[in-house]
Amino acid sequence: MAKIITVTSGKGGVGKTTTTAALGAALARTGDRVAVVDFDVGLRNLDLVMGAERRVVYDLVNVVQGDARLSQALIRDKRVETLFLLPASQTRDKDALTEEGVDKVIGELATQFDWVICDSPAGIERGATLAMRHCDIAVVVTNPEVSSVRDSDRIVGILDAKTLKAIRGETVDKRLLLTRYDAARAARGDMLKTEDVLEILSLPLLGIIPESPDVLKASNFGVPVSIHDPASAPARAYVDAARRLKGENLTVEVPTTQRLGLFSKFLRRAA
Amino acid sequence: MTLVADAPIQQWFADFDVWLQRSPGFFTGRTVVLDMGGTAAGKPELERWISELAARGVRLVGLEGVRPSMVDASMPPMLRGGRDISLAISDEIAVPAEPSKPAEPVNMLIEQKVRSGQSIVCLEGDITVVGSVASGAEIIAGGSIHVYGALCGRAIAGATIGSKARIFCTRMEAELIAIDGAYMTAEDLDGNIRSQAVRVWLDNDAMRFAAL
Repeated sequence: MAKIITVTSGKGGVGKTTTTAALGAALARTGDRVAVVDFDVGLRNLDLVMGAERRVVYDLVNVVQGDARLSQALIRDKRVETLFLLPASQTRDKDALTEEGVDKVIGELATQFDWVICDSPAGIERGATLAMRHCDIAVVVTNPEVSSVRDSDRIVGILDAKTLKAIRGETVDKRLLLTRYDAARAARGDMLKTEDVLEILSLPLLGIIPESPDVLKASNFGVPVSIHDPASAPARAYVDAARRLKGENLTVEVPTTQRLGLFSKFLRRAA
Repeated sequence: MTLVADAPIQQWFADFDVWLQRSPGFFTGRTVVLDMGGTAAGKPELERWISELAARGVRLVGLEGVRPSMVDASMPPMLRGGRDISLAISDEIAVPAEPSKPAEPVNMLIEQKVRSGQSIVCLEGDITVVGSVASGAEIIAGGSIHVYGALCGRAIAGATIGSKARIFCTRMEAELIAIDGAYMTAEDLDGNIRSQAVRVWLDNDAMRFAAL
């Protein structure tokens, strides 16, 4: 049976879709069978980030409504052969998703894959609660800014109330993924520090993704950032996050500003 | 169009309202016949229902499944199967009806860009778009599809007329094209066709392309 992960956040634009693709690709690279599911009906984007937008024939809504079989709608990734995408529909109404329909699709995916990663729409409406409904692990994506942190706190509250696990009286495993972290700005105090975010949300840290032009570049090329340039800082951070999801115990490195080199050792500001 | 009412009528009106809410303006300008065959209604109920329907903006042109005694001059005439039966029983020599005009084609003309996420559906006829169809938009036509611009989204033709339908566009960049259910995604499209002005037709389930 698959582990079901939901990538969620209160605020939009924090990097849920990037994270879904990057974690999915990193997990699939290890040989696990991974399905990434776009729940953002009406504003589908995961297919773009995965570079599969020209291969979409059937989507999640078609499967939920019984117009297509799951096998017809799943798109196999061209780079990692254990990675599959179930795209969202852009033209259907977001109300097309029903609890029963989603239950059926997730149930079927869970028997075929090791990981099912659901890319949630932003906000707290039905689409988001449907995406988190089945999750075993919720990855809460947050930027180091107050509005993002507060909205994430709201989402954590909903995770504890509206998921199937919560309804059964169990707790959902929640992990924090801090994205767009800029060490220089955090050091200057322009950005919330990791400790501050952790203190407000009090969730275990899954990873810190540094702010980097590589993320935008990979997304525009339609390649998950974790496999676009595996040596880049965000790629390494995502691969480490995926390893933590698989149970490895790695310490989370807080990105620091680059050293100024040897020369800086000779320069010391006079007191 | 015939509206078939059945008992219990309160439930029928409730369902009708839900339906109307989803498709406001559906009845605007349509000719509607009310079929009461499924109910055992008398004249007072009939009068009430006609006024209830009028309040919802439904204009009745006839009644079916009612007893002649229930209909008075203020109500729409009785019909059976769409024919006016009072005419059929009259002694007068029936005036030959005017030769019916050929049905107006119900093609659709869109004079603006079709944006991502929009879905244009015309199951009765052709769809012509003067402008481009963005990636993520969708055009579904009963007949053919004509795009005077870049076709970047999906074009699904022939939903009604089948394999006779065609797709024309001045720049082919489509994510998916389909005629009569046979489809092709962008990655199957020949590189020679991409960005070209083409017409597409179906030849024994094989999609054919030619420059325009």
